[in-house]
Amino acid sequence: MWPLVVGGCAMIACGSVTAAEESIRLIDAPGRDLTAATCGTCHSLDYIPMNAPVMTHASWEKSVHKMIDKFGAPVRPEDVDPIIAYLAAHYTG
Amino acid sequence: MLTRREWLTGSAGTLLCGALSGARGAESPSPSSEPEELLIALTGKKPLIKRSFRPPNFETPLADLRRAFTANDAFFVRYHLAVIPEIEVRSWRLRVGGASVAHPIELSLADLKRGFEHVSLPAINQCSGNRRGLFSPRVPGVQWGNGAMGHASWTGVRLRDVLRKCDVQSDALEVVLNGADSALLPQTPDFQKSLPIERALDENTLIAFEMNGRPLPHFNGAPARLVVPGWTATYWVKHLTDIRVQAQPFDGFWMKSAYRIPTGAFPGARFISQETPETTPITQILVNSLITTPAPDAQLQHHQPAELTGWSWDGGTGISAVDVSTDGGLNWRAAALDKDLGRFAWRGFRFPLDTSKGGALAIAVRATSRGGERQPEKLTVNPAGYHNNKILSLALEVA
Repeated sequence: MWPLVVGGCAMIACGSVTAAEESIRLIDAPGRDLTAATCGTCHSLDYIPMNAPVMTHASWEKSVHKMIDKFGAPVRPEDVDPIIAYLAAHYTG
Repeated sequence: MLTRREWLTGSAGTLLCGALSGARGAESPSPSSEPEELLIALTGKKPLIKRSFRPPNFETPLADLRRAFTANDAFFVRYHLAVIPEIEVRSWRLRVGGASVAHPIELSLADLKRGFEHVSLPAINQCSGNRRGLFSPRVPGVQWGNGAMGHASWTGVRLRDVLRKCDVQSDALEVVLNGADSALLPQTPDFQKSLPIERALDENTLIAFEMNGRPLPHFNGAPARLVVPGWTATYWVKHLTDIRVQAQPFDGFWMKSAYRIPTGAFPGARFISQETPETTPITQILVNSLITTPAPDAQLQHHQPAELTGWSWDGGTGISAVDVSTDGGLNWRAAALDKDLGRFAWRGFRFPLDTSKGGALAIAVRATSRGGERQPEKLTVNPAGYHNNKILSLALEVA
């Protein structure tokens, strides 16, 4: 009985937290959907506004390449520059 | 800038959240471009400050850091990778092996609880990046305020006793620890850490299954996690499943590339087998303190008694003194220290505030450890934003 109750609660709470994550909207501009889909594969998009005050074009470039080289993010070569351009245009300090 | 803020839509009825103000401390008012702070409840947790959803990184609000033991449901949550399985205790096994043990073993939770002496100890669990968000100049990473830390009584068995069951060989150099959490993609480095063999065999290094007398919460590492008192939380591997003893330095990403500080820049234990001339793993927690009352936005009343209280701690020598200044650091006086709960615990301090005159009080607090370390006036800048133990300041007003 107890595990069932715990499981039920977990689903409700997780559902709302998932909904909260899914409601994060990046700034609507060219490159948004590509950036959201690519970065959002492995982590929530709140990492982007959280770090924006610290970031520059150069540091976004470094960060995107770190995701690819160190963390194995599957980014198509032709998508790398548009993602960096979008982040640098809208999420820098 | 409003456009830079993340925002939430959807049903507020099912979600415990709200904007939070004033929790970051008066010394560092949030610039208007900061993302809004949201209070959100994960399963089994009360609403905490959300830093990121996935992986979940949730910070304990200041109001929940006032108790001597941080409540389990308020304890901060920190993950690197997003796949966090719900572990069924009956099927959970801890595998202990590696090339430097003679007899690998596998233990159920019942084996672990039955087979070894139980130990309880109070200890600070503090993220290496606690207060990264208060660094100046700013550095990238999870922008933690003061609450990527907590204090709990941890109950478990000594890692040493478990390792001895396996007959550790004389060539053992490091002990590698892995938990059940993992990355979504197989090519992402799994979160694994290592400890020097001496630290693994230290009598205070535990495999804990209880926190404050209750089973570990899911988001704090159920059913068992490592407890390395005095060392930063990066070594306190959650959902522990594998322990390997080996004769070589572990070469995983989370040791070789992450959680490193400039060699020689900070005090603390050395991790020789992982050290290079340039960088070395972060190890011990530095001497530090936290003001819990008055709150950063508190207004003191003329002639009404007021007290400054908070916590002080270090990496395992204990606290010898906490000094308070009310004139911005020109003059210092000793605060009264509360009972010593143990050298890995935090220690309360209290100091009466003079409200006989109106006007500003420029509070500063600095702790000194029994090891002779004292909180510095300036940050030691380092690329990952670790070890922020700068002297605290708090601007108060007596009205």
